[in-house]
Amino acid sequence: MTTQMTRVRPAAPVKERRRTRTANVADVGRPGFLWAAPATLFFAAFAVVPLIMVVVLSFMSWDGIGDPEFAGLDNWRRVLDDPVMIKSIWLSLLLTGLGVAIQTPLSILLGVWAAGNQKNRAVLSAIYFLPLLLSATAVAVVWGALLDPNFGVPAEATWLFGDGNLYGEQASAIGVLAFVSTWQFTPFHTLIYQGAARAIPPVLYQAAEVDGAGRYRQFFHITLPQLRNAMITSMILMVVGGLTTFETVLILTQGGPGTDTTISAYYMYERAFKSFDYGVGAAIALVLVLAATLISLVMVRLSGYDKMRSTTEGL
Amino acid sequence: MRRRPNYLAGAGSLVWLFLIGLPLYVMISATLKSQSEFAQDGPLALPDGFTLDNFTGAFDTGFGRYFLNTVLVTVCVVGIVLLLVPPLSYAIVRSRGPVTTGVFRLFLLGLAIPLQAVIVPMFYLISEAGLYDNLVGVILPTAAFCLPVSALILSGTMRDISRELFEAMAMDGASPRRVFFQLVLPLSRGGLSTIVVFSALQAWNGFLFPLVLTQSDSTKVITLGLYNFKTERGIDAPGLLAAVVLSMIPVLLVYLFARRALVQGLMGVGGK
Repeated sequence: MTTQMTRVRPAAPVKERRRTRTANVADVGRPGFLWAAPATLFFAAFAVVPLIMVVVLSFMSWDGIGDPEFAGLDNWRRVLDDPVMIKSIWLSLLLTGLGVAIQTPLSILLGVWAAGNQKNRAVLSAIYFLPLLLSATAVAVVWGALLDPNFGVPAEATWLFGDGNLYGEQASAIGVLAFVSTWQFTPFHTLIYQGAARAIPPVLYQAAEVDGAGRYRQFFHITLPQLRNAMITSMILMVVGGLTTFETVLILTQGGPGTDTTISAYYMYERAFKSFDYGVGAAIALVLVLAATLISLVMVRLSGYDKMRSTTEGL
Repeated sequence: MRRRPNYLAGAGSLVWLFLIGLPLYVMISATLKSQSEFAQDGPLALPDGFTLDNFTGAFDTGFGRYFLNTVLVTVCVVGIVLLLVPPLSYAIVRSRGPVTTGVFRLFLLGLAIPLQAVIVPMFYLISEAGLYDNLVGVILPTAAFCLPVSALILSGTMRDISRELFEAMAMDGASPRRVFFQLVLPLSRGGLSTIVVFSALQAWNGFLFPLVLTQSDSTKVITLGLYNFKTERGIDAPGLLAAVVLSMIPVLLVYLFARRALVQGLMGVGGK
């Protein structure tokens, strides 16, 4: 998504802008900014205003019925003193980290493979992408039925799954969540890598062939470095997506056993919409947004992505 | 250029195919089984007989209603997106000045706002506006969150229209409105179909807004129906999976006809 940013046209030179409309042929027939006004106002009302309000509400106490009242730092004190909240942040980070660690290598391999020119590729990739179409709800429901402790696969394959109750222990419950997210989102990231792999100039591979580099050397010395920008884009999306995973937890584990899979996004829902403590919910939401933004910024900085180093250097 | 097929990668992709296919197989085969057969033989067994009771059962639990509600939400969201995004993208691509640049930056930032971030204030705003438990209250925020991606996709398409065409129309003295309707819209058909597919998918699969902003059975959408089914009668897996299959049918139809638009759009999200 950030690649698009560089494509923003630089502002017109000042000299040109000061001229009157009729004087500059290039400006004839250009739409004014009013064309953008309806969408911008609509978006501001339903996305930007709530985003500002979440900051305000995090300093208010509100039970959903009366009017919100100013509460100072009360919500924040409660959030930061809450052991479940602290645990939920670690769980969110753990689940997100697991997601990135599993999905990145998997989707790079699948994406590079799908970018090749095998005969069966089109049919296979059409099937791969099916999870993209399903709602997170449907995905969670289907896997919930499949992994059901009493009637699902684990109950049959007890040699592999022990007592068959994957939701009874923290490690296996987190394993299920990571697995279901991988199943659901790997196709999307595969698509990103497929697009990026197709864009690698063939001349690089031809040169490597001439030098006698084998397939695996080509992969590590050409393909991977060329996918750098796609990797950052995809990993940022994984981080934001991972931190905001919600339906999967709500439907598969309800945060349990105990609070062992209560990730922050789910905890926010519980505090706000189950315990009717909307101020605390707003504070947790804000923590989530700040964490996602911070991690994304760090990733962009560390990778040098913000300087948009081109992968075609030296061509 | 590649001399021999890459067997390792091929094998890996087959493993993935199995992982994708397994739940799809279980889903479809389960919907044809009776509840007792599913419980006895397990999810992996082939169905003995053939019954459509699960589908009719799903409709008995109100899925027809949920289905209509979801259709209504989807159509309205797509309508709003189609009304707002083309002029927005046109301005982003063609108008000059700091205001438009600012608008574009706003929508780029908007890409990063997760639904969870705004759900508490959204609940407040929608309640204050008297739209709680009303589908309008679901449609408006859902549409708003479709705007950033749609604007990005469509302005990408509009940027590909050649400068000469704009200049030619300007020479003829065409107004921005004429340029929009006679040049830009006809030439952005690809991008338009992508944003239709994309926002329809978003609206169809939406969960959090309906979960928090509606309450009664008459405003329930399909995803909420699935969730309730699972919490209340989770033991009836075949019935539940039949409901999932029903919820997928329109999406699969769209996929059959608009795969290209969808895939291109999703690639656009990831950065071209």
